[in-house]
Amino acid sequence: MDRVPIAKIGPTLFVSIQIDLEDESVVQLQEDLADQLTATGASGVIIDISAVEIVDSFIGRMLTMIGSISRLFDAETVIVGMRPAVAITLTELGLSLRGVRTALNAEKGLALLNGTA
Amino acid sequence: MDELSIRSGDDVVRVRQQARVAAASCGLSLVDQTKLVTAASELARNTLVYGGGGTATIEIVKSDTGRSGVKIDFADNGPGIPDMELALTDGWSSGSGLGLGLSGARRLVDEFKVASEPGTGTTVVVIKWSR
Amino acid sequence: MDAYGGQGRMAVYLRDHHDKIVGRWAELVLAVVGGRLSLDEIRHELDDLYALLLRVMTQQDEHAMGELRATLDELSRSRARAGFTPSQTALGVFSVKDAVYELVADTADLVHEYLAFTRMVDDLGLRTFESYSAAREQIIADQSAAMMELSTPVVRLWEGVLAVPLVGTLDSARTQLVMEKLLETLVATGSEQAVIDITGVPTVDTEVAQHLLKTVNAARLLGAQCTICGIRPQVAQTIVSLGIEFGDIATKATLADALALALSNAGLKVVPA
Repeated sequence: MDRVPIAKIGPTLFVSIQIDLEDESVVQLQEDLADQLTATGASGVIIDISAVEIVDSFIGRMLTMIGSISRLFDAETVIVGMRPAVAITLTELGLSLRGVRTALNAEKGLALLNGTA
Repeated sequence: MDELSIRSGDDVVRVRQQARVAAASCGLSLVDQTKLVTAASELARNTLVYGGGGTATIEIVKSDTGRSGVKIDFADNGPGIPDMELALTDGWSSGSGLGLGLSGARRLVDEFKVASEPGTGTTVVVIKWSR
Repeated sequence: MDAYGGQGRMAVYLRDHHDKIVGRWAELVLAVVGGRLSLDEIRHELDDLYALLLRVMTQQDEHAMGELRATLDELSRSRARAGFTPSQTALGVFSVKDAVYELVADTADLVHEYLAFTRMVDDLGLRTFESYSAAREQIIADQSAAMMELSTPVVRLWEGVLAVPLVGTLDSARTQLVMEKLLETLVATGSEQAVIDITGVPTVDTEVAQHLLKTVNAARLLGAQCTICGIRPQVAQTIVSLGIEFGDIATKATLADALALALSNAGLKVVPA
């Protein structure tokens, strides 16, 4: 199972999903993020999915859950870099990912978190 | 024609990859490829989680008008779908957890057929055509 | 189509009189195509067809029928490209019946075989007609797609603000195209604001509203905000009476208002010089 690394820069946790993840890894990411949030007191999470080609209902739900979990720790989550084809497919699936904010890229995502957007 | 066994999470990933290869070879647009592979992911996961494991058969097909397409046949010998109508409604998008992802997958493909016998198993056949 | 096999006796006759029949056939086709093709070119094509016909009639191999169909389809296409009418192509095929009849007329014992032969030729001639239709339909479909592409522009109004002026009906095919173009442009330009102008959309019913909502949702997933404008008074009444809810999507009457809102969302303000 591949574990997605989580980096911390200032008050923000950064996650970049680079490969085609199987379900186990996604669940593990959720757990790891929860751990990191409690351990570091981070106030923001940026999940970069610019390399992700497929987001199905399972992964979509996980992303929404990550948003909810983060909020419990008073942290805001921003999903960045979603590909157009993925957005169109998610829309067709009926998934709106309510509960997580989105931005075009990590830079804009940070601006959002810092309230400077 | 490729028959893949679905017994683990890794297999779901493999089904996605093979579906992607087939879709690209048929000349499906990027958006259509994404839709097909996402549908395949949903259905492969269903086969694994609800069907107790099964198979996915991927093949390239040709329509009467000469278009090529990707056909994927998911089969399992699981408990079957007790309430087909319910399974095909959009219950899951409200996060009820009941959702088998069938209704969503159906919207992503051009042709969709599901057959299920409680106690015997389920088959789902989908086709996505190139334009 | 396998009913074309079992014409062994006729096939033998055709083979024995190959040169005479094909020669006559070529002359008849030449008359139909009005001299735009040379006798040699025609002969060449017909020799191939003739050989395939014989193979099919004697059921020599299972690929014969497929090859015959393919050859006829290609003939139909090339004639169409050269500007011949589908009738000319079909008549060309049909004229082999006359070529054969001229010889067979004196041979009373091939009457049944001749009839079966003519039925086959009729089917094949009609097939060239169908290929022609199919080719035309493909051209029309391609042109429709090109037109739709042209009538779905995404313009850059300002840094970070895109405009999508929709003109014409918003069906599901158009919606797909709009979504693709809008999203790709949002990413390419790094824009976070989009103004969707529906002044040019004649009717907004529940289906069209759903398409609009889909488009807005897709843009949101990318992190962009959409403002809808251009809702005409009658359209507004329809929307309300149908109970369509735009929820938290901002809607403005005019493009100017929508632009002002989009700029404000982007942290910009228009001030007098």
